[in-house]
Amino acid sequence: MATLTLKRKLAILSDAAKYDASCASSGSVKRDSMGGKGMGSTDGGMGICHAYAPDGRCISLLKILLTNFCVYDCAYCVNRVSSNTPRARFSVEEVVDLTLSFYKRNYIEGLFLSSGIIRTADYTMEEMVRVARSLREVHDFRGYIHLKLIPEASPALVNQAGLYADRVSINVELPKDESLAALAPEKDAAGIKKAMGAVRVSEDAAKDKGRKTRPPKFAPAGQSTQMIVGADDATDGAILKRSESLYGAFRLRRVYYSAFSPIPDATARLPLQRPPLIREHRLYQADWLMRFYGFARDEIIGETEDLDLAIDPKLAWALKNRGEFPMDVNVADRERLLRVPGLGVRAVDRIVDVRRYKRLELADVKRLSRGIEKLKPFLVCADWSPGALTDRADLRQRVQPKQMDLF
Amino acid sequence: MEVVRLAHETDFAGWRQAARALRARHVAPDTTLWTVDGQANLFDGASPSEIASEGPIDPRSETAGRFTVPKAFVDLSAKVILHRSDERFALLYRLLWRLQDQPSLMHIASDPDVGRAQGFAGEVSRAAHKMKAFVRFRQTSDEDGEAFVAWFEPAHRVAEATAPFFARRFANMRFSILTPDACVHWDMTELAFTPGADPADAPAEDALEDYWRTYYASIFNPARLKIGAMQKEMPKRYWRNLPEAALIPELIAQAQGRTDTMVRQAPTEPSRRVVKAAIRNSRDAPWEGQAATSLEEVAAGVDHCRRCDLWRDATQGVVGEGPGKAKLLFVGEQPGDQEDLAGKPFVGPAGQVFNKALAEAGVPRTETYVTNAVKHFKHELRGKRRIHQTPNAGEVTACRWWLDAERRIVRPRVIVTLGATAGLAVFGKPTPIGKFRGQPIQLSDQAQGVVTYHPSYLLRLPDEAAKAKAYAAFVEDLRLAWSLAA
Repeated sequence: MATLTLKRKLAILSDAAKYDASCASSGSVKRDSMGGKGMGSTDGGMGICHAYAPDGRCISLLKILLTNFCVYDCAYCVNRVSSNTPRARFSVEEVVDLTLSFYKRNYIEGLFLSSGIIRTADYTMEEMVRVARSLREVHDFRGYIHLKLIPEASPALVNQAGLYADRVSINVELPKDESLAALAPEKDAAGIKKAMGAVRVSEDAAKDKGRKTRPPKFAPAGQSTQMIVGADDATDGAILKRSESLYGAFRLRRVYYSAFSPIPDATARLPLQRPPLIREHRLYQADWLMRFYGFARDEIIGETEDLDLAIDPKLAWALKNRGEFPMDVNVADRERLLRVPGLGVRAVDRIVDVRRYKRLELADVKRLSRGIEKLKPFLVCADWSPGALTDRADLRQRVQPKQMDLF
Repeated sequence: MEVVRLAHETDFAGWRQAARALRARHVAPDTTLWTVDGQANLFDGASPSEIASEGPIDPRSETAGRFTVPKAFVDLSAKVILHRSDERFALLYRLLWRLQDQPSLMHIASDPDVGRAQGFAGEVSRAAHKMKAFVRFRQTSDEDGEAFVAWFEPAHRVAEATAPFFARRFANMRFSILTPDACVHWDMTELAFTPGADPADAPAEDALEDYWRTYYASIFNPARLKIGAMQKEMPKRYWRNLPEAALIPELIAQAQGRTDTMVRQAPTEPSRRVVKAAIRNSRDAPWEGQAATSLEEVAAGVDHCRRCDLWRDATQGVVGEGPGKAKLLFVGEQPGDQEDLAGKPFVGPAGQVFNKALAEAGVPRTETYVTNAVKHFKHELRGKRRIHQTPNAGEVTACRWWLDAERRIVRPRVIVTLGATAGLAVFGKPTPIGKFRGQPIQLSDQAQGVVTYHPSYLLRLPDEAAKAKAYAAFVEDLRLAWSLAA
């Protein structure tokens, strides 16, 4: 076999990594390279997106596979053993060099390393840990590292990965365990859950205040996961119920939803129809409502239902619960204002701040929000009451966006 | 008309000095004009220090020159000054003027002046953020070795304000960032600033850019084109200094064709399908049929058990722990939050009470077998918390398959049931603890049963006296069980 150039390897192994939606570099601790011998910093909260691809996704990290050789045969994956995709493998040194060279030129925030399974789970995990160890210990690299964990790898290796990485992740891949068994025969839903549980136990132990010697930090940016939407018959309700239980059990920072997209060299086991991208968008909106807006999952959607693609889930909830409206912007609690369609967390916080000093009128709300027309039926201000507007039968037509905002 | 001539575009100190003096002299905003040195203007204007030294302070004002403003205003002004709008100095002075009568003005985001200033500050923050994102260094070298230089055109005058970020990030790398407004230099010890430069002063290329473009093109998924989302976050004004942006038109043009090809291509048949199916079948072997004859089989079976629905939301099945031939077997209710994550019984808060009581009763836990009536964690979610729910009779019955297997394999002399659920599972009928505790009960498999409280019951009792009493009884029951097993 002819030797591949580094550039060709980079093309193959980043192409193979692009089906992982996550590229976040956020949520870690604050650190920088002052006083060190290497480079790199993370600012704690917000990450930085260094570029955007024409698919609208943020490019924050060098997201690559160590290798796309894989012994598994997961139907939805372009790297499955039975696929005829071109294969490549990086050496540990090549990944380290690329990461540092890109970082020096300010192309990236750090590395997101994943891999196909070669030989055994432990062998593969060990190679990935070697990359992270070299970056941290040999080069004193203080940028962001996200490592994909292999659920079947030994706990000792997972633990080492957590010590070097800012974030770790294991993908649950499919919303239903039954689908995983059907589409990814070598993957084990029970094993995935156990591994995520073990990560949370390690995270909790690292935060334990009761211990005298402070244990080393374990993946300070926590863990995340990804579910593929539209590769099986799971409803949106079932998907969100799964997310809800994942957030509850493992304290995940994020659940990523990735609309199943056609891959080169597909198998017959997959549906031919791809789901609309708007479905993914609605799932994210519903996920946000559960995490930041105080909605319970069953308020948004029943387990067997799908989200309305034409309007966002908050507006859908408001239309079904007209009795809750209109809300008085000058009186209603923060929690209740967060339920008004068209008001975001930032707008609500500003309203709560301003109304301590003056009674808000419609013009004030307009300046604090992104458009007043959608809000009018749901709000009472000092100089505005919607009257019968809230209960009109054609309210949905009036507030529904004229065209889909994404397609 | 008062005309102020500031030293340069981002002269915050000068603006502050002049504004303080003007306000003390009651010079109204609409009679003040702000200019910057070097700008063509009809008026000459006075520098901030001239204004500060000029003219007597208005005798009507008793506190002249010693007024205070909210910190929020100072912080906001420092940002707004960096905006490219010519209006910024006057806007800030107007706000300063109005703060006199309205001390809480800065909290009123719905006020047009405050809203405009906050809008400016937001745009400046965004420009600083985009500078952190879109600066692209090129490698050069000089007599001191390797160095990096970037040419960048920020949307607002944020070069100096953003420089410390780059110094902290690249502490051990010499770099310069050249912009039209100001240039930033880091020599690995301190930051230095020089006047604006020209794009020709930066290196023209870097060999790594080809790799970066390769990565950019490969990470793009042509099946999901969202051009609007890209341009919202990476506006075209930045494109000319981004090496990867030259590829964008071509990537967009080819996207549809590449996707069509993928969809058109016939699916390929996996080659080892039959083998895989065999592996799958052996792993997912059903629980019907032969009962488990070893604890390993129990552990493997519980993990894939589908006899009831509790497996769905639980992390894993939690089987018993302890020597395979223990004399004493404890049966609890079900794993809790901690047990579910760790995969071991009695490691959470109830486990700690249990361990303490065992130690007081002189029972070594490592010589006993500890398990639960139900092997998966039943719970409901409240917010992000998982709240324990008592398993129902159907779930207890379904899980007896595994408990009975454990009893058969371990063959203990004594079985202690902790709580009502365990009682139901072991005796097959409700056994009220108050009525049955303190006496051994003969079981059909030759073992003796001892009924007692569940440790978490001891945690829940609100009354301290009742808690102490129940705990003492619990320890006594453990002692009884241990003596029966000896």
